[in-house]
Amino acid sequence: MSTTDGNPSDPSALLEPLPGHSSRGRLERILRRGEFAVTTELNPPDSANPQDVYDRAAIFEGWVDGINAVDASGANCHMSSVGICALLTRMGYAPILQIACRDKNRIAIQGDILGASAMGVQNILCLTGDGVQAGDQPGAKPVFDLDSMSLLETARTMRDEGRFLSGRKLTTPPAVFLGAVINPFAPPFDFRPMRLAKKIAAGAQFVQSQYCYDIPMLREYMKRVRDMGLDEECFILIGVGPLASARTARWMRANVPGVHIPDEIIKRLEGAEKQKEEGKRLCIDIMQEVKEIDGVSGIHVMAYRQEEFVAEIVHESAVLKGRKPWRREAMPGDMAVAERMEHILHEEIEKPAAKVEEAAGDS
Amino acid sequence: MQVEKPPIITQAIRVRRAREKSEYQPHGVSVESRRGRRYTIRLWSVRHSRLLEWFYDKFSRIFLTLHPFWKAVGYNRAEAPVTFVERRVKGLMFDCRMCGQCILSSTGMSCPMNCPKQLRNGPCGGVRANGNCEVEPDMPCVWVQAWNGATNMRHGEDNIMDVQKPVDQSTRETSAWLRVTANAAAGRDAARKAAQ
Repeated sequence: MSTTDGNPSDPSALLEPLPGHSSRGRLERILRRGEFAVTTELNPPDSANPQDVYDRAAIFEGWVDGINAVDASGANCHMSSVGICALLTRMGYAPILQIACRDKNRIAIQGDILGASAMGVQNILCLTGDGVQAGDQPGAKPVFDLDSMSLLETARTMRDEGRFLSGRKLTTPPAVFLGAVINPFAPPFDFRPMRLAKKIAAGAQFVQSQYCYDIPMLREYMKRVRDMGLDEECFILIGVGPLASARTARWMRANVPGVHIPDEIIKRLEGAEKQKEEGKRLCIDIMQEVKEIDGVSGIHVMAYRQEEFVAEIVHESAVLKGRKPWRREAMPGDMAVAERMEHILHEEIEKPAAKVEEAAGDS
Repeated sequence: MQVEKPPIITQAIRVRRAREKSEYQPHGVSVESRRGRRYTIRLWSVRHSRLLEWFYDKFSRIFLTLHPFWKAVGYNRAEAPVTFVERRVKGLMFDCRMCGQCILSSTGMSCPMNCPKQLRNGPCGGVRANGNCEVEPDMPCVWVQAWNGATNMRHGEDNIMDVQKPVDQSTRETSAWLRVTANAAAGRDAARKAAQ
């Protein structure tokens, strides 16, 4: 499978364009093929070292179809999402560029869309972003020039009509797969499916949801979404994540905007002997239930600070149904180069002249 | 046998504990609430959105019939006094922020510019379980109110589905009433010309 979803000679090369596809990326291809997709989130480093990004992405290899590069999630300062995406595309990963409306106005955002697309980013996720009060710099000026809806429409206008918001022409429009976010777990509940309809009208082709810990509520939402026929028009990925402990769950419920965790979940965690294990188990159980819901096209695993468990969770829940997502394959030449490097770096180099001198000195 | 030592409590520890107590802020209390803001009138407007919808329909027609008058005075010269009145009236009724491109009819008579994120297309994902705002925990979410208002109105549920364009910041602090009237009059004239 990996050979069809990547170019073995150059991992950073784009895929061949296909009819009916708006991007040349792996994620869109997998979703349109009807496979159950898995995406995850990269914890952005507080560092200027590219190796930090590579290391954090490497643990997802072969388990996910897309990696979200978060844009200062929770209004906390980190490496920028455009920067992370630029690094990831070099390595052949399929990053999903998140753009939040909190920090940039329409001039910066449109520039970023072009820049990212030029770097090979194929997926863009448009979101409003948390308010600045939620983060580490509550004194910052909140921008919110666009909202998630008008951001989607802006990106779609750039892609489909080949022009900026102002009407100025683009020479090459950005070919991107557009995403949005949904939160079925916040009021006003009646309006939430209609808001998804609005986002689809504005250009959303796939959506990722907020953390899901309440399956009955999700079922209700999905039922209304199916009644409106929205699952036919866009791919819905449901967000899940392991909870490290009952304490973390309580903290998240109180401090992370838009997260809904029912009391039963916290009780189940509290009752467990090993809370971390139970959190993982709980996440796997939720994933197995979610994948059976009609209209769900994939799962989005947000394992903040537990990224090393993503592979385990994805494997245990069997959401991939035996499919192997793309991973970097070592090229035949690579092994020879690695061996040679090992030799140059670590083995003692024989110096004939020194040996002769040594021999002469001894006698 | 080992005797358990009592924990040593220094003066520094006492001071720190006292400070921890005094710095405690109950969760979910915002600066806004300490100022004692209330949202009575704004919420009244949302509850009576159907009445206001009917009223605005009549009102905009009167404004449109006054088009010859506005034209005679000059839309530019009328701007200042009309803006003065509009700011006062809508400020009282809706906590209007004078964005200059009023969409109250599409938002259940709840002004979306009062949203801390100024969202004009629907609620963000951060709405609290009690229907209050993520940023200002004591303010009822503008968009939860908007949905309530829209369900009361005759065309509310259709209008709320319109995808709104981003705000044109250059029309801030200008009269939306006059702009709507001028556009409507221009549209009417164009239609008449096309009919002839």
